[in-house]
Amino acid sequence: MNKRVEECRRVSLEAKPVLSIERAVLETQFYKKNYGKYSIPVLRARTFKHLCEKKTIYIEAGELIVGERGPFPKAVSTFPELNCHTAEDLRILNSRPMAGYKISAKDIKRYEKEVIPYWKGRSMRDRIFKHVPQEWKNAYKAGLFTEFMEQRAPGHTSLDGMIYHKGMVDFKKEITQSIAELDYLNDPKASDKAEELLAMEISCNAVIIFAQRHADLAKDMAEKENDPQRKEELKKVAAVCSRVPAHAPRNFWEALQMYWFVHLGTITELNGWDAMSPGHLDQHLVPFYEKEIAEGTIDRDKAKELISCLWIKVNNHPAPPKVGVTAQESGTYNDFTNINLGGIKRDGTDGSNDVSYIILEVVDELRLLQPQCNIQISHQTPSRFLKAGCRVIRKGYGYPSVFNADEVVMEQVRVGKSIEDAREGGCSGCVETGAFGKEAYILTGYLNVPKILELALNNGYDPVSKQILGVKSGNPREFKYFDELYHAFIRQLEYIVDLKIRVNNYIERMFAVNSPAPFLSVVIGDCIANGKDYNNGGARYNTNYIQCCGIGTITDSLSAIKKHVFQEKAISMDQLLNALAENFEGNEALRLRLQNKTPFFGNDDDGADSIMQQVFNSLFKAIDGHPNTKGGVYHLNMLSTTCHLYFGKMLGASANGRFAGTPESDGTSPSHGAERNGPTGVIKSLSKMDQFRSGGTLLNMRFLPDILKTENDLDKLATLIRTYFKMNGHHIQFNIVDTKTLLNARETPDEYRDLLVRVAGYSDYFVDLDKDHQQEIINRTVHSRF
Amino acid sequence: MILFDIKKYAIHDGPGIRTTVFMKGCPLSCWWCHNPEGLLSKPQLIYDTTRCIICKECIKACPQQAILLTSEGLVNDRLRCRQCGVCAEICPAQARELAGKNESVECLLKIIEKDIPFYDESGGGVTFSGGEPLMQSENLFQILKECGRMGIHRAIDTSGFTDPDTMRRVAKETDLFLFDLKCMDSAKHRKYTGVCNEIILSNLEMLAKEGAKITIRIPLIPGINDDDENINQTGLFVSALPGLDTVHLLPFHDFYKNKYNKFSLKYCGEDIRLSESSRTCDAVTTLEKFGLIVTIGG
Repeated sequence: MNKRVEECRRVSLEAKPVLSIERAVLETQFYKKNYGKYSIPVLRARTFKHLCEKKTIYIEAGELIVGERGPFPKAVSTFPELNCHTAEDLRILNSRPMAGYKISAKDIKRYEKEVIPYWKGRSMRDRIFKHVPQEWKNAYKAGLFTEFMEQRAPGHTSLDGMIYHKGMVDFKKEITQSIAELDYLNDPKASDKAEELLAMEISCNAVIIFAQRHADLAKDMAEKENDPQRKEELKKVAAVCSRVPAHAPRNFWEALQMYWFVHLGTITELNGWDAMSPGHLDQHLVPFYEKEIAEGTIDRDKAKELISCLWIKVNNHPAPPKVGVTAQESGTYNDFTNINLGGIKRDGTDGSNDVSYIILEVVDELRLLQPQCNIQISHQTPSRFLKAGCRVIRKGYGYPSVFNADEVVMEQVRVGKSIEDAREGGCSGCVETGAFGKEAYILTGYLNVPKILELALNNGYDPVSKQILGVKSGNPREFKYFDELYHAFIRQLEYIVDLKIRVNNYIERMFAVNSPAPFLSVVIGDCIANGKDYNNGGARYNTNYIQCCGIGTITDSLSAIKKHVFQEKAISMDQLLNALAENFEGNEALRLRLQNKTPFFGNDDDGADSIMQQVFNSLFKAIDGHPNTKGGVYHLNMLSTTCHLYFGKMLGASANGRFAGTPESDGTSPSHGAERNGPTGVIKSLSKMDQFRSGGTLLNMRFLPDILKTENDLDKLATLIRTYFKMNGHHIQFNIVDTKTLLNARETPDEYRDLLVRVAGYSDYFVDLDKDHQQEIINRTVHSRF
Repeated sequence: MILFDIKKYAIHDGPGIRTTVFMKGCPLSCWWCHNPEGLLSKPQLIYDTTRCIICKECIKACPQQAILLTSEGLVNDRLRCRQCGVCAEICPAQARELAGKNESVECLLKIIEKDIPFYDESGGGVTFSGGEPLMQSENLFQILKECGRMGIHRAIDTSGFTDPDTMRRVAKETDLFLFDLKCMDSAKHRKYTGVCNEIILSNLEMLAKEGAKITIRIPLIPGINDDDENINQTGLFVSALPGLDTVHLLPFHDFYKNKYNKFSLKYCGEDIRLSESSRTCDAVTTLEKFGLIVTIGG
């Protein structure tokens, strides 16, 4: 990296996350004055415009890509209209040791005076919790599932290539056209559509103003600048900000700045989950790159420098802090922007190009927390690209993660998307599949599958929270066959999934009505043509995902019960349930027998793997195809992010010999210590899951650096990946780090500040993780024996 | 056939991703042997006291009443124990394990077949190691034939110490030999491995002449075979063989030392120093002068 990038990177790394109350104060003032004057979409758009007009504009020394959501780098906005932090929340955020956000006593006082009183009872979260049924609240608090939309807006959005061909002026023309075509005579929704379209138009103007303010500031700074080189750069920045996003970009620099303004717009308007992603950035940028290389107006180093500048911008934006249970689920600064490299083009040909390799170099050199990137590998992807990715993987930052692009396309075609839209799609957040730029694919929350088995084993009673949470599915002590127990599990599963979806659908309408996202709707395909908001089914495709956790834990538990209780009858159900209730106290021999003498998932054992298939099929049946409120349906996902730790805390001892309160298996990985046959066994087991019917699975593997020393070793890693993908695996990722390093890092964190490890669908700094997460990483089975 | 381990995703025992089958029993007894569990041809009971929770299930299960509870924990009556493995089967804590398992050719084939997708993609296959796989030549021949029928690439990691007829027969069903050359001087060879090297060298010559594909492996043991004299002799001998050009040098390590305690075996290699990288590099240079392609590690 050159001097400029090095300096901007240093500033970004050294900046401490702080809370900025600017957005909340501006928004509250605007709402107080204007609520009731306009339709909700127009109110939202005008609020957004108000923010764009009034917020502090910041341009840092040396930077080429400009714009911050807050008043300066890592100053994080709050979104009181969704979830209003209490003064106590803010004080905790200020003082908590891990992933804290500093805020001054003065700001807390002002928040207490100006912001909190207005939003109390008005924020989305307050209104939702007032409305939901008690049985949902009980199940939620007991950790049977989580709810994504209680603190953040629907998200996981990625863009397609549209914004590189059209500017806001072009979008406004389309909006005007759409308004002109409204049919008030026959369309009962015409008035609603008019309001939404008007809101979109206001949003377009808002970001143009936002960019122009940067242009003005850059011009001012240029006038005062003494260094002639920087003076020229600032003039260029001003010119770029006057051009985009009003108009389509014409060159590489403008293309990057275009994306960045759109990104900032969407994360200022609302705090959608997983920020925003550019999708296939390499494919979007390569036409500009090739054109400028041919014209001689850019060289490879300049392109790399500009991409690095965008990377640092993303890193300047930590996730907005959450409160309560959600803060426990994922205590990280990462906001999950995930950039896809390689993959397949819309026309079905290979998508990797020169820019893909440049981005891999940027990722390797910058080693930032975010954005994260992944490589999309199809059967056409050249080996040299996969190997270039493996070379970065070997460094042990935890990224890039690796996806099977062919599988990702097939998953989408299965649910009815066009093949072209599917190819243009990919993965965002952790592993979630979507049609980039044309789909609202919403994660609705994690499902604690092993806990649902716990309900079945206790006839609907939750022994941890000591209340009835499920349905009466029969006394397991009277079950004579495994199938009776399994049937009881299905009954609990269907009940809990229905309970969750019922409330999800309610929350979805709350967002559609009260919290539309008119700016996001401008850049997502079909919202303008439909005259409907992204949060209201405006997008071409509308998917809701439920993310199922703990497939390893539940498979192993069922396998243990099947073998020891029903087949060999060496342990009675009564004995087992008593041991679980007492967390195996005084029963270590029984626990060890369950743990060591049971066929477990992850060993290519057909017996255990068939139970995994059975559970997967039941989950699919319970979830897939339920209608959402946006004209789409629910599908399942198999990922846990870090929720398997939280869910594990809420789960009693389990029949696979796992102690109460300890983590569940992560993603679709086997339980810790369950796999004893190496990585090929894990991959074979995973390949038996019909991953086409999911919206993403997640497989973690930890390798020690020792086994990836030579080029030959890298080739073998690449073929391991290829083989998994040939067997229809969706995703695989690697932690390349030795246990000693991890233990040292835990003892002397200061010396290991830059140690990145793969946590779930993302990497995080090891020293920023809390004790439990650190232990979890250390415990993950190490593949070092070959 | 009797095995003591099966390793999946073996990436240093021949080309591609492989499954390595470790066969029990060896006619040699090298001072530096890092698989002491492969020496004897019969199963051996291992008892790890640190894992034992004294649940006494083994006492109840043992058909010979060979396990006794004493004030120092559980003790095995060696005269009574028949190494049958019933206690290992029942032990919930996996404190008792049987090193060495009898496996039929059919069952072993099923295990090897499981990773065919990985062999196909990587150009890998199966490697028979040990111990000395040729000690069980009849079963080895059968499993090699079956693997060949399945189109699986077959490698044998051997000391070369077997009678020529056996070697010739097995060679028909083998795609690659990983052939160990420990020491060119026969007297020294005898001192450090327990056997002379004449049979080994003549077997190697024979295989080479008959066109077998061979990779030479030299475990580089400091102070024993890493001297210039031996490396030169090795280079001279190997380079004279037809169609043979690949040598792997395996630097010495001692991670395996505590395995000897578990098996109550005497370890002769206490005085061996760890390999110095400069000595390894010297050996590479020397061998390359003979026109050989040398890599460090498998």
